[in-house]
Amino acid sequence: MDEDQESVPLLQRILDNPFILLAIGVAFPAVLYLIWGIMEIVSVPLAN
Amino acid sequence: MSEQFRICPDTGLKLYQSTETLIKANAVAAVVFLLVGGIYGLLVGLTRWPAVHLLPADWFYLALTGHGLNVLIFWLIFFEMAVLYFASSVILGSRLAVPKFAWAGFALMLIGALMNNYIVLSGEASVMMTSYAPMDAHPLFYLSLILFAVGALLGCFVFFGTLVVAKEEKTYEGSVPLVTFGAITAAIIAVFTIISGAIILIPTLLWSLGFLAEIDALMYRLIWWAFGHSSQQINVAAHIAVWYAIASIVFGAKPMSEKVSRMAFFMYILFLQLASAHHLLVDPGVSSEFKMFNTSYAMYLAVMASMVHGLTVPGSIEQAQRAKGINAGLFEWLRRAPWGNPTFSGMFLSLIGFGFLGGISGVTMGAEQINILVHNTVYVPGHFHATVVLGTTLAFMAMTYWLVPVIFRRDLIWKGLASWQPYLFGLGMAGVSLFLMGAGTLGVPRRHWDITFSMTGGEVYEFPAAANTLLALNGLSVALAVAGGAAFCLIIVGSLLFGRKLGPDEKLATPHIATPPSDADYEKLGNGITVPGTLVLALVFFAAFAVYYFINWKYLAETWGIS
Repeated sequence: MDEDQESVPLLQRILDNPFILLAIGVAFPAVLYLIWGIMEIVSVPLAN
Repeated sequence: MSEQFRICPDTGLKLYQSTETLIKANAVAAVVFLLVGGIYGLLVGLTRWPAVHLLPADWFYLALTGHGLNVLIFWLIFFEMAVLYFASSVILGSRLAVPKFAWAGFALMLIGALMNNYIVLSGEASVMMTSYAPMDAHPLFYLSLILFAVGALLGCFVFFGTLVVAKEEKTYEGSVPLVTFGAITAAIIAVFTIISGAIILIPTLLWSLGFLAEIDALMYRLIWWAFGHSSQQINVAAHIAVWYAIASIVFGAKPMSEKVSRMAFFMYILFLQLASAHHLLVDPGVSSEFKMFNTSYAMYLAVMASMVHGLTVPGSIEQAQRAKGINAGLFEWLRRAPWGNPTFSGMFLSLIGFGFLGGISGVTMGAEQINILVHNTVYVPGHFHATVVLGTTLAFMAMTYWLVPVIFRRDLIWKGLASWQPYLFGLGMAGVSLFLMGAGTLGVPRRHWDITFSMTGGEVYEFPAAANTLLALNGLSVALAVAGGAAFCLIIVGSLLFGRKLGPDEKLATPHIATPPSDADYEKLGNGITVPGTLVLALVFFAAFAVYYFINWKYLAETWGIS
């Protein structure tokens, strides 16, 4: 089993695992869009 | 006790009872909400037509809200649930994981969609689909969307669970088929979309109930668009999966390169959702670095993925046609395609409309600098009517024609009208997209009942006569598209109610799925350029893209002359 698994390239193993893809697909936009955007908005100084 | 299944006599697909019933329920709900949303769309289009200006202001905003939610959310996501169950259980030949969860999800979605339609129709939630805080709607409006989203999330969990069941029970070997991989992409984007929706809609519900003092307008927009725009990216991934499915069904085509197509879907998983930042391009509070990275550098990788799909889907069709001997000249493969079959014509018009109109306009207005030319004008609905309606809705309509005999075991009625329907709807919707984009380029604002501001008591703004003409042409195109949409609903509902019932083992008169060309047929194509026609189409696309993109920079240069 291990030999079979090792002969499969890493990228294909990632593409064949929907749960790794799900983690990547949620984490990427969460960091690059949501978290980055929220950090920028909360760092806007409040008007006096 | 193992679940009952049947083998489709036309396709050989293994259909489990619970899967089949769930697909039917979701597809029927989808078509009903398409019909409701289409009626609202007609009212909106006729009100935007200056000479008609059908609805009073309050009804216009009500209709615009109902139109957006019914067609952009309810029709598409109900249909996508059907696609997810088809791409997992049916394509992989597996039983569905926890059908009770899938039914609970369907019930929540249905309750949410009905509740939403009720509260919008009551006039207490005319806040349009985006419902920007601090403009408030009745709490049921937010609750209905939350219920709908939770139901859809349950559907996604059932989809992922079914992938696990199929793998455990070894109903397939190796990697999942490409169509299922496309559905995985759609489901992943759906999970991010729904989580984002929960993050913003739950506090907004609490605010509307008086438990929270305020919702920050900028924060609302940032997070809402992770929900609002990403929900449209679910559609993109799903309709491209449908394109690949139809290429295989109608022509027996195999992907030109499984690796390349899977990598293109993977780029969607990574980058497609970042396009949400387009909506914030003129917002203060987020930096240019944030805007440019998300809408340009990262987003262009997703655009490249779309161009890969746009090349490989027609390319795979061309290869299959040429392998069958339809090999003369550049375009015999396309000329001799079954243009009278709505499954093919709908899919191909979807591909052309999505690429040429939706894709080019999307990238152009996605660039921060030239976005300012059309930001918040009717150019924006022009763009997304090309992507989501001409692209996704037409692809889903095309797939439905094929699914009716397979899933519902009914023969289609009015086949003559069905063969015309994609052209009617496609032409109408192409008109809507082009004319709205034209009017937007002339500055006509979106979401305005009174574009000249004549009711404000101040100065009336006069648009060039061309803008009014374009809005009138848009109104005519809306009528054409609605006729096409109504024809679709009549054919499908009529087929389900009155179509000839097919016996359990009865085959259709004509083959419902094409025999793929053999490997030997493909080998005859040689190793050179096997898809010259598709490459010519791609070059035409690039030329149109480049010309249009630089024309917009020229417009920008004229807007702010440097002397």
